[in-house]
Amino acid sequence: MRRFFLIATPYAWLLLLFLVPFAIVVKISLSDTALAIPPYTPKFSWVDGIWAYLSQLDFENFIFLTEDDLYWKAYLSSFKIATISTALTLMVGYPIAYAMARAPSEWRPTLMMLVILPFWTSFLIRVYAWMGILSNEGYLNQLLLWSGIIDTPLTILNTNTAVYIGIVYTYLPFMILPIYSALERLDDSLIEAAEDLGCSRLTGFWLVTIPLSKTGIIAGCFLVFIPALGEFVIPSLLGGSNSLMIGKVLWEEFFSNRDWPVASAVAVILLLLLVIPIVLFQRNQQKQQEAEQ
Amino acid sequence: MNRTSWFNVVSLTLGFAFLYIPMIILIVFSFNESKLVTVWAGFSTKWYGELMQNEAFLNAAWVTIKVAVFSSTIATVLGTMAAYVMVRGGRFRGRTLFSGMIYAPLVMPEVITGLSLLLLFIGIGLDRGVLTIVLAHTTFSMCYVSVVVSSRLVTFDRSLEEAALDLGCSPAQAFRLVTLPIIAPAVISGWLLAFTLSLDDLVIASFTTGPSATTLPIKIFSAVRLGVSPEINALSTIMIAIVTFGVITTSLVSKHQMVRQKREEQEAVRN
Repeated sequence: MRRFFLIATPYAWLLLLFLVPFAIVVKISLSDTALAIPPYTPKFSWVDGIWAYLSQLDFENFIFLTEDDLYWKAYLSSFKIATISTALTLMVGYPIAYAMARAPSEWRPTLMMLVILPFWTSFLIRVYAWMGILSNEGYLNQLLLWSGIIDTPLTILNTNTAVYIGIVYTYLPFMILPIYSALERLDDSLIEAAEDLGCSRLTGFWLVTIPLSKTGIIAGCFLVFIPALGEFVIPSLLGGSNSLMIGKVLWEEFFSNRDWPVASAVAVILLLLLVIPIVLFQRNQQKQQEAEQ
Repeated sequence: MNRTSWFNVVSLTLGFAFLYIPMIILIVFSFNESKLVTVWAGFSTKWYGELMQNEAFLNAAWVTIKVAVFSSTIATVLGTMAAYVMVRGGRFRGRTLFSGMIYAPLVMPEVITGLSLLLLFIGIGLDRGVLTIVLAHTTFSMCYVSVVVSSRLVTFDRSLEEAALDLGCSPAQAFRLVTLPIIAPAVISGWLLAFTLSLDDLVIASFTTGPSATTLPIKIFSAVRLGVSPEINALSTIMIAIVTFGVITTSLVSKHQMVRQKREEQEAVRN
């Protein structure tokens, strides 16, 4: 009885507040837009039975999404922005994680804390900090003008470049930590063996260190890519009108256009796009756990 | 091996400069006299004074703290239960679905979580406000708590629990007297994580709130959209200071605890 209670409480909570809401999103994505509030007309009642339901399913919102260029472009450009910024985060994060793993062991807890600290600081504030740096009269332009590198201020804020910088900056800890934990476990004698057998330092790194930190790299990339794909705050604060991202489109569809069925359809497709990376990520994590045991 | 090459020193220096310089600039310019945030005009704390008189921000801060305390506390209870079920619960029907529902919210885009919860609240006719934000925050943060707690449960020696049961404890007593004290640090860090996640959240709160409840991130976001302002810099500085203090204190406390635990274990072995 006690065991039942223990299982049932969190189970029921998640069913009611996680799974059922998704069912509602799917259901509303298949409804007509109406002007009443809530702005949708339900297409489904249990009384009708499944067959009646299937016969009156309405894919009009999904057809609408395929017909309007905006949505295609938004999905594609989110995918592009998420991919490029994941690659950039990896390039920035790997050397840091590597250097942390090589640092004297008495430094490592402090270095770890320095990486984790920004993660606990408000996401919104960290994005906001870049607005002052990147704007036309911002600190970066002031510095570059003062040092004589440029004559006219660079336009960075409200472009995709600013979005890349924002994503790399805010998600960097998610890249560093899994790579660091993979590199820290790495047995140094393997690299020494490679060097004894005639590898240069660089080849040794390429042939031994990188493959052995692969699970960390994969985990880090997914931890950046998945949230970056649906990102809303960064493109709306740092990006311009042309940095189209699907999280922003969904937000505007919902809050500005008040078109709930289309917003739901956008969400359903985003979710379908995320299923593949999420499954791959889970598999990577499982492999890692098995390797540890 | 400690091969501290120049390359590693450079990448650490550049990396941490990248992570910290934006926040340092933010803090420095919160003490700027001028309203123009990008031009330094002398030291002043007047923006802090103005912030303290801004009732809209103070109200929003109060709502945010209320939401964070309630949601993180409920999330800690539910998340610890979920972790216990996952690690010690054995097999039961629907276990796969259960673990899926625990891991999925961790990677779900916030816009989707927010939208789906809003549609649920409207569907069941619940008035949107503090209660709905608490429900929403509890749902995603209990998953984080459960991940943190279960990673501790996995590594702990089960024979301790079995010994307690053999010595006549009921399962509930064994949990209270043996399991809970051992996993307590993980439960506390789970609570802190849930608390911070709730304090930070903009997207889910925007979807699930009504006109009666505005949280601090919602307030900050609408102010920041208009551009950089010294008042927001001051507010950010206060938040950064609180977080830094919290993180450093908890890490020192947990380090202290770990040292003590190790010493106790060694003594136990010696005896």
